[in-house]
This record gives sequence, C-alpha cells and structure tokens, in this order.
Amino acid sequence: MGFLTGKRVLITGIASDRSIAYGIAQAMHRKGAELAFTYQNDKLKSRVEKVAEELGSSIVIPCDVATDEQIAETFTQLKQHWDGLDSVVHAIAFAPKEQLEGSIVDNTTKEGSALAHDISAYSFLAMARYAKPMMEGRNGSLLALTYLGAVAAIPNYNVMGMAKASLEAGVRFMAADLGPQGIRVNAISAGPIRTLAASGITGFRKMLDHFAKNAPLRRNVTIEEVGNVAAFLCSDLASGITGEITYVDAGWNILGMSGLETA
Amino acid sequence: MGIAERVKSIVVEQLGVDEEEVKTEASFTEDLGADSLDIVELVMAFEEEFGIEIPDEEAEKIATVRDAIDYIEAHKQEA
Repeated sequence: MGFLTGKRVLITGIASDRSIAYGIAQAMHRKGAELAFTYQNDKLKSRVEKVAEELGSSIVIPCDVATDEQIAETFTQLKQHWDGLDSVVHAIAFAPKEQLEGSIVDNTTKEGSALAHDISAYSFLAMARYAKPMMEGRNGSLLALTYLGAVAAIPNYNVMGMAKASLEAGVRFMAADLGPQGIRVNAISAGPIRTLAASGITGFRKMLDHFAKNAPLRRNVTIEEVGNVAAFLCSDLASGITGEITYVDAGWNILGMSGLETA
Repeated sequence: MGIAERVKSIVVEQLGVDEEEVKTEASFTEDLGADSLDIVELVMAFEEEFGIEIPDEEAEKIATVRDAIDYIEAHKQEA
C-alpha cells in the first residue's frame, strides 16, 4: 500500500508527458493517490485526458486561472465527483515570451508584469480559497512549483523571477494562515527541466548544459525526482512541514560560486 | 539509421501517426494533424535526438518532414 493511499489530489498544469506536473501525477499515482486533473483550454483537453486515463482517473475539469469565477467553477465541478480533497498541486505560470529575454528594466511592461503575477502567484492563493472548504477535517496540503529565479537573478528569467518571489512569499503567508486548520502549504524549487513551458525561455539548452556541468550532483534533475518529492510533501510523512521551499535541484542552490573548472 | 529515417520515426512517435502517413512531403499541421504544442514537442525531440539547438525563428520555418530533414542535415554536429 502506497503512502498516498486514500488521498485525493487535484493536479493542474499538465501539457504533455514532459510536464513537471506529469512527473508529480505519476509519482502520486504510484503511491496510491486518487487523482483529478484540470486543463487550461480546449487545445490541452485531449492531452490531459490522455494522461488522466493512463493514471486511472476519469476526472478532467477545465480551469483557466485567469479569473476567480473560473477557479470557483472548477471546484464546484470537482465537488460533483469528490466530497473531500486532500491536496492541490499548482503547476501554473505565465509571462509573455518577449518579456523573458534581454533587459528586465527595458522589456517588462505593466501589463506583462501584472499578468505574470496574476497567473503565476495570485492564482495559487485563489485556488487555496476554493479548495479550503473541501479540505475540512482532513490533513490537507497545497503544493506549488517555483524556481531559483525567485531569490537570485537568473539570465532571461526576468519578470517571472518577480512572480515566483511573490509565489514563495504567498507560500509562507498561506502556511501561517491555513496552519491552524491543519492545511500545509509548501513549494518545490526544481532545477531547470526541459518542458513545453521552458521552451519559452531564451537560451534554455545552454542553461541545462551549464547546470549539468556545475551542480554538485553534476547532472540535471528529472520530473520523476520532482514527482517523488511532491508525493512526499503531500503525504502524511511530511505532516510536520509547512511554509517550506524544498529544493530539488541537484544541490545547485547551495553554491556560491561555480564554473571555475569548466571556465 | 539515416537522418531521414530517424526524423520519420520521431514524427511517428510524437504525433501518434502511422509510418505510411509520414511521407517526406507531408506537412505536420495539414497532413499529420499537429497543433502548435505538438510542433514545439517535435522540435524538442529533434533537438534531443540530434544534439542540436533549433532557434524559434528557424523552428517556425519547419513545416514539412522534408524541412526538418534538410535543417538537421545542415546543422547536425557529428559526435
């Protein structure tokens, strides 16, 4: 019996079998969780349905986090399938592509910044609001995906770094707010992984190569590795952990200087 | 396996189409039913298989199986 047996988890943010959320869903499925999935738009629907089927789920619900009404509707629909919910995995972020390169000072627009923060950070908070009533009386947990760009300047990551900083602050505030109700809130900060979303980041392949040459473990991380940690953090094994940013990054974040050997 | 065969087998796998459908002149979107996300994934798979980087502006020009083969033949780095 897996350590997530009996847990019901809502997974967002799957676009393909390269998605980090897919690695998470797979790991959670393996550990016995029951899964439900959301998709952003019709283009992604059949892709998410395919994954759901593979992982033994028939619950596939639309959720475009652009408005609170749509998020509320997602949970209304989820309630028709489940009377309770244990975890939500938030794997959603967006910034206009042209703002993910070059000078952050010159290229970031007011609208682009607002959108990046809204979709990538605020939406986690909003989902928590609607998930909360379904978590009553259970050991609920919420999990978001973040990146080192939240705490350090990374080339081209730009306004998304600001949005991830907001997301990480949100994790702490939400953990403090929801802790008394037994709901834990955490995030995983993964090393760079080649997903469809990452294809929007300029010079991503170079980043992967540099990372693999210099990270303490001398390699990149996989969606399976992120998935395993996500499964742990949403399980009762992690019942004492909340408000935490857990790095799954082959140790990259502990380095103060790197690249001397390969320079 | 030559580049053309490797490209075609990636297309078969990524797009879930039959091998016979993947003719050299086939268009990914018009003949093989790919959407924009499929194209991004396809390009990623080419990059991984052949150890190359296909910049966005070049990727946009790759519309047919032949385009992909031609681009990869021109840019492939011999390991």
